[in-house]
Amino acid sequence: MKEIVRGRIYVLGDDIDTDQIIPAQHLVLNPAIAEEKQKLGTFALSSVPSEKAGLPRGHVPFIDPQTGRSPYSILAAGKNFGCGSSREHAPIALAAAGIEVVVAEFYARIFFRNVVNGGWMIPYETPAPLVDRIETGQEGEVDLKANELRVLTTGNRFPLKPLGDILPILEAGNLFAYAKEHADLLK
Amino acid sequence: MAMTMTEKILARKSGKSKLAPGDNTWVSVDVLMTHDVCGPGTIGVFHENFGAQAKVWDRSKVVIIPDHYIFTEDKMAHRNVDVLRQFVREQDLPYFYDVGTDRYKGVCHIALPEEGHTRPGEVLLGTDSHTCTAGAFGEFATGIGNTDAGFVLGTGKLWLKVPETMRFIFEGEMPSYLMAKDLILKVIGDIGVDGAIYRAMEFAGDGVYSLGIEERMTLCNMVIEAGGKNGVIAPDEVTLEYVRARTDRPFEVVTNDPGACFHSTQVYKTKELEPGVAKPHSPDHYALAREIGDVVLDRAYIGSCTGGKTVDFQAAARVLDGSKVKVDTFIVPATSQVARSLKTETIAGKSLETIFMEAGCHVGPPSCAACLGGPADTLGRLNKSEVCISTTNRNFPGRMGSKTAQVYLASPYTVAASAVTGRITDPREFLGERA
Ligand code: SF4
Repeated sequence: MKEIVRGRIYVLGDDIDTDQIIPAQHLVLNPAIAEEKQKLGTFALSSVPSEKAGLPRGHVPFIDPQTGRSPYSILAAGKNFGCGSSREHAPIALAAAGIEVVVAEFYARIFFRNVVNGGWMIPYETPAPLVDRIETGQEGEVDLKANELRVLTTGNRFPLKPLGDILPILEAGNLFAYAKEHADLLK
Repeated sequence: MAMTMTEKILARKSGKSKLAPGDNTWVSVDVLMTHDVCGPGTIGVFHENFGAQAKVWDRSKVVIIPDHYIFTEDKMAHRNVDVLRQFVREQDLPYFYDVGTDRYKGVCHIALPEEGHTRPGEVLLGTDSHTCTAGAFGEFATGIGNTDAGFVLGTGKLWLKVPETMRFIFEGEMPSYLMAKDLILKVIGDIGVDGAIYRAMEFAGDGVYSLGIEERMTLCNMVIEAGGKNGVIAPDEVTLEYVRARTDRPFEVVTNDPGACFHSTQVYKTKELEPGVAKPHSPDHYALAREIGDVVLDRAYIGSCTGGKTVDFQAAARVLDGSKVKVDTFIVPATSQVARSLKTETIAGKSLETIFMEAGCHVGPPSCAACLGGPADTLGRLNKSEVCISTTNRNFPGRMGSKTAQVYLASPYTVAASAVTGRITDPREFLGERA
C-alpha cells in the first residue's frame, strides 16, 4: 500500500448509487478481460445527473472526453456511497478511471465489501461531512499513515477514520492474498 | 446466549455455538447463485486465483441463471451467456437454466424458489443485491460481488460480519387495497435508503403472516433499498409447504431464541397504512398515492423480481379488467412459470393475459427487461425524459434507461390504476374501498 496518494479531487453528494457509477447498459463488458475492464473506466460516473457531477458547481465531467481517462485520483462523497446493486463493475470502473482513494461519510455495504475484497482502492470514512468544504479540481493528498486528507490548494486538513478491520486485507492486496496469508482461517 | 434467527443461522454455518453482532466469521455457503451480468467476472476471478483447471467446491451448490440481458440483439450480452455455458460444460454443473431451452426461467430471485433452491436455515449468496429476496424462506441470503463470489466458488466459504437485527412488525390482516410493496415503501420512507446499513431486517406480525409467500418475497426483496444486509421472515406452514413441494433436500428451520436482542422494533398497524409511492430519484422519497394525483404519466411498467410475480399480475388484472390503459403499459413476467400463469390464472373466466391484451398492454417475455435499463433495444426501456410508474424496486437516476427519465415506484394495484387514468392514482378508486 502506498503511504501517500496525491492528485486532483472530484466531489459528489449523498447516495451516489451503482447505476450512477456505472450504468447498466455497460454491464455487458466483462471485467475479467483487460481491455473491457479499461473500457468500463471510460463510463465511470456517467449517469450522475449533470448538476450533481463535480460539486459545488456541478456540470464537471468526471471523464475527459478527449482521453477517455479521468484527471482525478481522489473521490470525495457524502453519505451512503455506492448504494444499490452488487455489481463489482462499479469499483472496477472507478479504479480503471484512475481513482485510488475514496473518502465518504459512509458506504453502502456491498460496495464497501467489493472495494476491500477486490482491493480496488482505499475506502476511507470521514468523521464529519466534508464535501461542502472542498471543491472539484482542487489538488489534494491522502496520507495513509496519518489518516488525513490534506487539500493542497487551500491548506485545509481533514482527519479520516482509521481503516480498522479492513486494513490487513488492503495491505495484503485483496481477499485472496489475505486468505493465503491466513490459510489457517479457512480450516 | 439468546440469538436472533440471523445470528443463529450464521453460527450454525460457521460451526460455532454462539455469535454476536459485529463478530466476523467464516461461513459455509449452501448455495451460490450467479447470472449473466456478474457471472463472467466471477468466473474470471475464480480461474485467475484457483487456476485454469480448478473445479468449483461443490457442483450441487452452484446455480447459474441467465436473466438480465436476454431478449436483445446486443452481441456482447450473448457473449456473456456463452461464457456461462462454457463454464457449466467445463464444471459439469447440474443447475443451469439456459436461454432458448425448456429450462429457461428468467429472473433469478424468483427462479431460485421455483426450482427449490431456497430452503429455511441455509446460507444463500448471489452476485446480485436482491439475493436478499430469499430471506422470505427463513434463510440468510445476501448479495456479493465478483471477488467474493469467485472466492466462494473455490472455497465454499466467505468471511461475513454478523449483523444486528431490526424488527418490523405489522399488526392486523392486510386491508384488501394494500400490498407488500406498500408496506416496504413505507418502511424505507421511514428509515431512509441508509437506514439499515449492515443490519438484518426481520418482518413479523399477523399482517406479514396473512401474506402469501410471493408477497413476503417483495418485503425481503427491498431491504437492500434501505441498505440492509439481509431480510428475514421466520418460516410458517405456508413457507414449509412451498419449499417441500420443490425440494427433497433436508433443511432445518431456525427461529429467534426467546430473549434475543434486537437493534430496534417498529410496529405498524396495517389498517392505518395507505397505498404509497416512492418519488424520483430515490426509493425513500415516500408519498401517498392519493397526494400526488397531479403527476401525469407517459408509461406504466409491471415486472421484475419484486413486482413481476403471479400475485402481482393477479392484482394488476383485478384493476385492469374491463378498462383501457391510457399510457404505454408493459407487462413483463419474472419467470417462464409466471408467464404460463398469465394464461392459466383467471378472473371470472378470463385469463390474466386476455385481460391485459384487452386493456391494451404490451406483454413481453420473462427477464429483467427494463427494470435496469439494459441495452438500448430492451423492452420497455426509458430512452428519453419519460415519466413512468413501475412495480420495480429502484428509481435512481438512469436506473430504467435515460438519466432524465422520472420513475415512481408503487404496488401493482397502484401502477395498474395509474395506467388507466394516466396520472398517479390511489387504487381504492378502482377497488371500491375508498376509505
Ligand atoms: S428484475 Fe431488476 S432488480 Fe430484479 S434481478 Fe432483475 S434487474 Fe435486478
